[in-house]
Amino acid sequence: MSDAMIALENISKTFPGAAAPAVGDLSFEIPRGSILTLVGPSGCGKTTTLKMINRIIEPTSGRIWVDGREATAMEPHLLRRSIGYVIQQIGLFPHRTIAQNIGTVPELLGWGAERIETRVEELIGLVGLEAEMLGRYPSELSGGQQQRVGVARALAADPPVLLMDEPFGAVDPIVRGRLQEELLELQAKVQKTIVFVTHDIDEAIRLGDRICILNVGGVLEQIGPPVEILSSPANRFVEDFIGGERGLKRLGLLTVGEAELDSGPMVGPTAMVSDARAAIARYSTSWVGVVDDDRLLGWIGESQLDGHTSVDELELQPFVQTVSPADSLRAALDLVVRSHERVAVVCAGDRYLGILDLDAIAGEVTE
Amino acid sequence: MMFLFAQADQRPLFDWDWVGRNLDRIWERTLEHLALTGVAIGVGLLISTLLAAAAVRWRGLYAPIAGVSGVLYTIPSLAVFAFLAPFTGLGFLTAEIALVSYTVLILVRNIYTGITGVPATVTEAADGMGYRRVRRFFEIELPLAAPVIIAGIRIASVTVIGLVTVTSLLGQGGLGFFILDGLRRSILFPTEIILGTVLSAVLAAIVDLGLLGVERLITPWRRGG
Repeated sequence: MSDAMIALENISKTFPGAAAPAVGDLSFEIPRGSILTLVGPSGCGKTTTLKMINRIIEPTSGRIWVDGREATAMEPHLLRRSIGYVIQQIGLFPHRTIAQNIGTVPELLGWGAERIETRVEELIGLVGLEAEMLGRYPSELSGGQQQRVGVARALAADPPVLLMDEPFGAVDPIVRGRLQEELLELQAKVQKTIVFVTHDIDEAIRLGDRICILNVGGVLEQIGPPVEILSSPANRFVEDFIGGERGLKRLGLLTVGEAELDSGPMVGPTAMVSDARAAIARYSTSWVGVVDDDRLLGWIGESQLDGHTSVDELELQPFVQTVSPADSLRAALDLVVRSHERVAVVCAGDRYLGILDLDAIAGEVTE
Repeated sequence: MMFLFAQADQRPLFDWDWVGRNLDRIWERTLEHLALTGVAIGVGLLISTLLAAAAVRWRGLYAPIAGVSGVLYTIPSLAVFAFLAPFTGLGFLTAEIALVSYTVLILVRNIYTGITGVPATVTEAADGMGYRRVRRFFEIELPLAAPVIIAGIRIASVTVIGLVTVTSLLGQGGLGFFILDGLRRSILFPTEIILGTVLSAVLAAIVDLGLLGVERLITPWRRGG
């Protein structure tokens, strides 16, 4: 076995009475500590595949390995206690307090009351909820809060694997975006191996270290990192499924820091006007930036230069908007098309790094 | 003192003095009434739980179980006594068989509805957490079904408390004894009839409220924020 936390070997599932298999001969591996998003149209068997990993659904044939053990040969209830499980409808126990809900698996595992309490308090903070919520019942929480409790409950016994079945499908887009962001922040801390089912390709791209695209009948069409799938879809089905704006989606995944920056039409604070004019000519812009030892001071319009000899005689105008290396190229592109000069100035805090223009950004997509 | 209509011997409609003289007998019959009810509900719950559990496990069983208990529910209690008397005699056993058979329809239906009404997402989450079947039933399904089950117990209890009075014909009857005794005297004795009727009704109301209290106590999660 390689360093895969989860491995599916020739898994298939045919439901009783069904003519065609829901999943047919599926094999893939998921590396330890990574997120795999399972995505595809309805009927592609993505949820069935997920539920075979914790054996809510029993595979018809094939083997599944979880953390080096053969899941298909274990007692189902013991297997499940070592796998976190989050479903779309959350399924919190309405008759139990938030604390009791989060403590479910530790209690099943027979932890002591004190250990459970400590763990529950730790988890409620980890998912960004107040400790005062612990005494409440699920019906007293909003949908987003309930879903956070669902995640905390799944993480309670610190399982190495987390299965998430369209967990953010039922919340509104704004809350969903926030939950996605929180999941990524959480993952950076807990480093679980996560299988995440979604029908939303954008969610799959955003969350997945790798994406597994399934077709109807559980046929694997392509598996790989989002950037790779966006730049070279394996076939027509994948191309159609990832939809339009592939270039934009790819830009959303790349950061400004990864792009090659141009030094731009920049001069020092005491530069001569002739130097400024030269810089303007070189970049065919109508402005020149002033940088003092990496610090971006501002810019001067070409017309202001007339009648002066040195740029320190002139009043600098501030750059209203800049992008940082952590921003996506998509954000940089947005700034480029909105700016009068068709460039985005890149700064890390005060420090000037360079500029990006349309050509530079387009170059990153086609690379 | 109330005089709804004058009696031939000018005795009052309700004789408080008689009540005062018979307090210990009234208390005794009240306890008997409660015992007859309690046994009927207890045995009825046991039988109904088993039947409902079978119906939850094998859904096809629900229709025949509900059908048979529905038929039992329609048979007049007097007919049940007459039918059973040759086999079980005139006494406690016959009375309880009749009473229990009336609880089964209500209890089976409510237990079944309560259990099957637990959202599938909740039971799936429980399975996913690693619950085993029996523990899931007692820790998840039963508590969630409790409000519906207790509602059934309340209806069954109120029904049985009323029916217990009829078992006075079998020498049982609890407070029903007074009603029958009042009717059987050569001169009708309204005090006993009224006493038996009113106390039986009061008992039903108290038990109903008590069970409502129990329900609220064990389902704090339904009270909301």
